[in-house]
Amino acid sequence: MPKVSMTVNGKPVSADVDPRTLLVQFLRETLRLTGTHVGCDTSQCGCCVVHVNGVAMKSCTLLALTADGADVVTIEGLATDGKLHPMQEAFRENHGLQCGFCTPGMIMSAVDIVRRKGSELDEKTIRHELEGNICRCTGYHNIVKAIAAGAAAMAPAAE
Amino acid sequence: MYQFAYHRPDTARKAVNTAAKAEDSKFLAGGMTLLPTMKQRLAAPTGLIDLSRCDDMRGIELKGRNVVIGAMTRHFDVAESDIVKEKIPALADLAGMIGDPAVRHRGTIGGSVANNDPAADYPSAVLALGATVITNKRKIPADEFFKGLFETALEEGELITKISFPIPSKAAYEKFRNPASRYAIVGVFVAKKGKEARVTVTGAGSGGVFRASKLEAALTAKFHPKGLDGLTFPAEGLNTDIHADAEYRAHLIMVMTRRAVQKALAK
Repeated sequence: MPKVSMTVNGKPVSADVDPRTLLVQFLRETLRLTGTHVGCDTSQCGCCVVHVNGVAMKSCTLLALTADGADVVTIEGLATDGKLHPMQEAFRENHGLQCGFCTPGMIMSAVDIVRRKGSELDEKTIRHELEGNICRCTGYHNIVKAIAAGAAAMAPAAE
Repeated sequence: MYQFAYHRPDTARKAVNTAAKAEDSKFLAGGMTLLPTMKQRLAAPTGLIDLSRCDDMRGIELKGRNVVIGAMTRHFDVAESDIVKEKIPALADLAGMIGDPAVRHRGTIGGSVANNDPAADYPSAVLALGATVITNKRKIPADEFFKGLFETALEEGELITKISFPIPSKAAYEKFRNPASRYAIVGVFVAKKGKEARVTVTGAGSGGVFRASKLEAALTAKFHPKGLDGLTFPAEGLNTDIHADAEYRAHLIMVMTRRAVQKALAK
């Protein structure tokens, strides 16, 4: 079996994998990082979004071997020193979740939106940018509010 | 997924050489379609040749009156490219409408065109703009490239390296999307170059992307939404599925064409 090596949440990891192993399986089953979820398994729902070399991608539609050498960040890698990332904190404060299944993907996508669009996000932008993340519990109102608040909290001046 | 051997060459030439040796293998570009297809066991290649390290297949450049895009260029990079936004804004617009942000970070123009999904966006632009598909062996005009559902002129082991788009005088893309997958239920690309207007339709045809010759004639005579007055599109030969029936798609073709012409004129 080929060997795959990458950095996950700042730690170097490597393992021998079947070439069929998807990045999400590698994260969940090999590394036991189960914060990244599998919802639809067809790259529509966004529960599996992680950052690969700083960019949001759907880990259910990416081979672990393709990510060889990459720097991967999952939901477990956002908090630092036991303190929630501002986007996580904003989801908690604004009750941006109901069952929570889609939340890790929502938060990883939200952080990517801030990277690309800056920290001042209007509702229209957030709703449009969330087109690849599906929540099946309820509406998106609190999720949108949480992302606007989290984005503002991520602004350099606020740190 | 069924088992496969994994290859990861770092140039287009090495990728082609690997394909020549590994029978029944497939090139893996962004994987946004191929991997889901393999999960469903609708495709079972014995080898995958991962192109993600082939940096020579990436990039966007202006060559005379053409915008040339490397096959491994991601949708996101086409959508954000200053060259594409300035020279063919309709193409940047189209790339920004594919899937969602995470899909656009991964999916590639070469993968989309080689796969020729009947609901993919890019084939409509390649055909409407009269682009040239450049492979490791030859240059294929768009009119000879698309051969039906998931069928193209590509031969076994042939690899798209670049696509060259002539710059039109006016162009626009409009799509009516499936709200979950964001695939086109109907997508229409209109382009005007010199006096000739071209209209291509994706998402609707049972044989994949096609040119709407009646609409092209009407718009060549008068490139304005009014040029389409009184015209209807026949439902015969269009897809019927759970998302929309053929008659609805026929109706949408006219609506999307009008909107696209309006958008092209507004630029």
